[in-house]
Amino acid sequence: MTRIVADATRCVGAGQCVLTDPATFDQDGASGVVVLLRAAVSDEGLALARAAEYLCPGRALSLVE
Amino acid sequence: MNAVLPLTRTCPFAPPAEHVRLQETEPVAWVTLPTGEQVWALTRIDDIRTMLTDPRFSADRTHPGFPHLAPGRRAMAGSLKRMMVSMDPPEHGRARGAVVGEFTVRRTAALRPRIQQIVDERIDALAAGPRPADLVPALSLPVPSLVICEVLGVPYADHAFFQRSTEALLRRTTPPEERQVSLGGLHAYLQELVARKAAEPGDDLLSRQLDGGADRQDVVSLAMLLLIAGHETTANMISLGVMMLLRHPDQLAAIRDDPGRTPRAVEELLRYFTIGEFSLSRVAVGDVEIGGKLIRAGEGVVVLSNAANRDPAAFADGDRFDVGRDARHHVAFGFGAHQCLGQNLARAELQIVLDTLFRRLPGLRLAAPVDELPFKDDANIYGLYELPVTWTVP
Ligand code: HEM
Ligand code: SF4
Repeated sequence: MTRIVADATRCVGAGQCVLTDPATFDQDGASGVVVLLRAAVSDEGLALARAAEYLCPGRALSLVE
Repeated sequence: MNAVLPLTRTCPFAPPAEHVRLQETEPVAWVTLPTGEQVWALTRIDDIRTMLTDPRFSADRTHPGFPHLAPGRRAMAGSLKRMMVSMDPPEHGRARGAVVGEFTVRRTAALRPRIQQIVDERIDALAAGPRPADLVPALSLPVPSLVICEVLGVPYADHAFFQRSTEALLRRTTPPEERQVSLGGLHAYLQELVARKAAEPGDDLLSRQLDGGADRQDVVSLAMLLLIAGHETTANMISLGVMMLLRHPDQLAAIRDDPGRTPRAVEELLRYFTIGEFSLSRVAVGDVEIGGKLIRAGEGVVVLSNAANRDPAAFADGDRFDVGRDARHHVAFGFGAHQCLGQNLARAELQIVLDTLFRRLPGLRLAAPVDELPFKDDANIYGLYELPVTWTVP
């Protein structure tokens, strides 16, 4: 399992993460800020979570082995 | 002084050759703009991602070092001062944070049925009208205008006024005085609309902003910003998208047969045309090294994002248009804190227009050769002034 860390202070709410990996990421309905639906992803889920990390315009996401 | 960097495209389907040359030979280059200003030009996607997420670069358009691409633009920069595009943290985060909840993925998904209805109505009208027709006033301009009406909560009775004014604003043949009148009219209208919403709140963005305690003038500026940022951009992408897919019948067939492929096609169109090419300029407010070059505080930076969106390091065979590729990492919506606020709305509009238009009018075709189409070589946002189309009635 790889742990996912989201830094809400860097999130700019564009939702790239939700578009890319909706099983892992959501946005708060009022503030648009990223919400983690799970704290870690398994190896199967890793590719999508990595894509979200790369696409995030606020550099708010990181994956910790 | 070095040679002036050309900014206009000579081919609708390629970035200026000089931008590509810079990417290959001098990815962080000190260049001269047509205004005579000297700035740094970035062409590689990695450098651009780094620059746009570094707090030592500012979006303040009134900063003396901020690059302006045409004479006169600097004088107008003051009018943007109170808008989020021109703000830096922490002010930017507050302004954007107050509205970003309106544009989440889920919120935009909920708007889809209304967008579909708007698109269906425009296509009904198009199909019932004469052939050939110009798609720009028939579809490209009204769709984003009506969608913004929906978001802002413009009452149905005012849609015609709203659409007429926004169209006059963007039509190339509109004389400058009339353009000024349209702009003034829209501003006055939004002023009055915000006052109405304050008295009688509805289920819309403006009412929620007022309810949240926002200053009335700020709400009017926000409405203007959303209108200006979202209307022409989306309209141009609709026209270019339709034109490009009609030129590539095999790729058009692929998305018509499986609308599940449309989202990728939309990202590819955004990448391929990069219509907001010059909207990612910044000014350094500290000394920063990018790509081995030292950019000093006070120096301007322009992003040549059309070339960047074909950077071989990020896109294999980037000159090829391929609706099947994964192009999501393009910078057509920018990157960093200012990345397009309306991107999910724009995506939804483009996906729905393309899916619906080609399904409803399978016999659609261009009514003029591509090399005779009026491309917006002279405009800030790239696109088409007109798109004559015709179709066979089944
Ligand atoms: C295909 C259509 C569109 C394109 C290509 C586009 C492109 C862009 C780009 C490149 C930026 C970044 C500017 C910068 O970094 O300085 C931006 C920002 C912005 N866009 Fe869009 N846009 C589109 C549609 C829309 C729509 C539909 C809306 C609104 C409903 C919108 C609202 C905004 C706003 C408010 C900003 C400023 C965000 C900020 O400064 O934080 N855009 N857009
Ligand atoms: S992609 Fe990044 S900035 Fe956008 S909502 Fe997700 S975490 Fe926030």
